[in-house]
Amino acid sequence: MDWRYFRRRATNVFNLSGSVFATLFGLFWLFWILWTTLSYGITALDWSIFTQDTPAPGGSGGLANAIIGSLIMVSLATAIGTPVGILAGTWLAEYGRSKPIASIIRFINDILLSAPSIIIGLFVYELFVVRIGHFSAWAGALALAIIMLPVVIRTTEEMLRLVPDTLREAALALGAPRWKMVTRVAYRAALSGIITGVLLAVARISGETAPLLFTALNNQFWSTDLSQPMANLPVVIFQFAMSPYDSWHALAWAGALIITLSVLALSIIARFLLRKAKMEHS
Amino acid sequence: MKITSQHLAAGTSGKIQVKDLNFYYGKYQALKNISLAIAANKVTAFIGPSGCGKSTLLRTFNRMYELYPDQRATGEILLDGENVLSPRADVYRLRARVGMVFQKPTPFPMSIYENVAYGVSLYEKLRKSDMDDRVEWALQQAALWGEVKDKIKQNGMSLSGGQQQRLCIARAIAVKPDVVLLDEPASALDPISTLKIEELISELKKNYTIVIVTHNMQQAARVSDQTAFMYLGDLVEFADTNTIFTNPSNKQTEDYITGRYG
Repeated sequence: MDWRYFRRRATNVFNLSGSVFATLFGLFWLFWILWTTLSYGITALDWSIFTQDTPAPGGSGGLANAIIGSLIMVSLATAIGTPVGILAGTWLAEYGRSKPIASIIRFINDILLSAPSIIIGLFVYELFVVRIGHFSAWAGALALAIIMLPVVIRTTEEMLRLVPDTLREAALALGAPRWKMVTRVAYRAALSGIITGVLLAVARISGETAPLLFTALNNQFWSTDLSQPMANLPVVIFQFAMSPYDSWHALAWAGALIITLSVLALSIIARFLLRKAKMEHS
Repeated sequence: MKITSQHLAAGTSGKIQVKDLNFYYGKYQALKNISLAIAANKVTAFIGPSGCGKSTLLRTFNRMYELYPDQRATGEILLDGENVLSPRADVYRLRARVGMVFQKPTPFPMSIYENVAYGVSLYEKLRKSDMDDRVEWALQQAALWGEVKDKIKQNGMSLSGGQQQRLCIARAIAVKPDVVLLDEPASALDPISTLKIEELISELKKNYTIVIVTHNMQQAARVSDQTAFMYLGDLVEFADTNTIFTNPSNKQTEDYITGRYG
C-alpha cells in the first residue's frame, strides 16, 4: 500500500477517535449530572412539593411558594424583557442596519449578553433595592428582565435578517409603509424564530440564582406581594443545599429537578420551532 | 395625435415619460441621460447585457431605489404628466399605481388569499364579500384561479415556482395599478411556466401598461411592442420591437441581438 495513503488514513482515524473521545468526555459529565439530579430528585418528588410551602429548618414541607414565586418573577421579567427586546432587535434589523449607532448598540448588547449575572444582580441592588430599602419581587423581575434583554435583541435581529430583502421590497412595492411591511410581513416570516429566542431567554433566566440573591432574596412564606421579598426556586435550592438538614436537601434536589425539566422542555420546544423557522426560509 | 415610435424615443409623449434621467449608486453613475417614453397599454421591453442599467431604470419608475441610502436619481419621470421623482410626490400612492413583480417569486408567508388581499387592504376598506370578489378577480387575471380555487387558504409558499410568480402578478394587479413593472419575471422559471407568464403578459396589456426587463432576447421579441436596448448606462436604441430585431439602426444593437457580445 502507498505510504502516503496509509498516513492519511492513520491521521483520519486518529482525529476521528479524538473527536469521538472528546464528545464522550463531555457527554459523560452531562449525563452524570442529569442522572444524579434525576435519581435524587425523583425520590424527593411527591405531591406535597406542589401544595406545601418551604418548611422551617429541619421540618418537612414543599416548594409551592418558591415555584409560584419563580413563575411570577420569570413571567414578569418576560413581560418586561420581551417587548423591549423585540423592539430593539427590530430597530437594529429594519431601521438602524448600516447606521454607525447600530453597530455600537450591537457591540454593547454583546457585552451585556456575556456579562456575569451577578453583576446585573448587584446593579439592580444598588439602583433599586438600596433606594427602596428592602428586597422585592419587582427588583428580582427587573434583574431577570435585564439578563433576558440581550438574548431577545440578538435573536430578534438575527431572525429578521434571515428574512430576504426581496420579501421586504415586494411588500414596499405594493405601497406598504415601512412599519406595515415590518409588522405584517417581516414579523410573520420571522415569527417562529423570534418566539424561539424568547423561549431560550426564558430558559436562561429561570435558573439564575445570583441576580435573585441581591434582589428578590427569598421568603419562607407564601407571598404574591411584588413589593416584598419573594421565594424562588434557585435561591431556595442554593440555601437548602448548603444546610445541614436532610429534609432540606431532599427539597433542594426536587427543586433542581423541576428547574432542569422545565428548561429541558423549553429548549425542546425552542429547537422544534427553530427547525420550523429554518425550513420556512429554505 | 397618434403616438409614433419617434415620439416615444424622444420621450415627448406616452404614459411614462423619462427625461434626462441620471442615476447614481454612490459615486458610480449607472444611468446616463436617459430619455424615453412608455406607451400606454403596450409592452415595453428593456434589454441589454448584465449591468447595463435596465433593472436600475425599471426601479426608478416606482422609486424602489429609495430604500437604499446611497442611491439617487436626477431628472424627471412623468407618470400621466406628474413628476414621480419630485419630493412632493407621495411614494406610497405611486407604488400603488405602479405595481412590480420581481425576478424571484416572493410570496409572503401567508395564505394565497391573504397574499392577494394584502396590498388591497392597505388602501381600501372592503367588506369580506367584496374582498373575496377582488381576490378571485385578481387570481383570474393572473390565470391562477383555476389551479388554486380549492386551496385558497393554503400557504402561498406551497405553490410551485411558476404558480408563485403568477400569485405575485395577481397580488400586484389586485391593487388595480396603471402600470406593471416586471423585473425578469420568468428567468427563474422552467420553460412551461415561462410560456404561461408570457401568455399572461400579452393578455394583461389590454388593461395595463407593462414594462419588462429581460435577459432573454427571444422573450423580448415575443412579448413586447417596443424594445429599448441599453449598454453601460446608455440608452443605445429604442424603437418598435420589430425594427430592433430585424433592422436595428445601431451597430451595437445589431451586435447584441445577433449574439456577438453580452
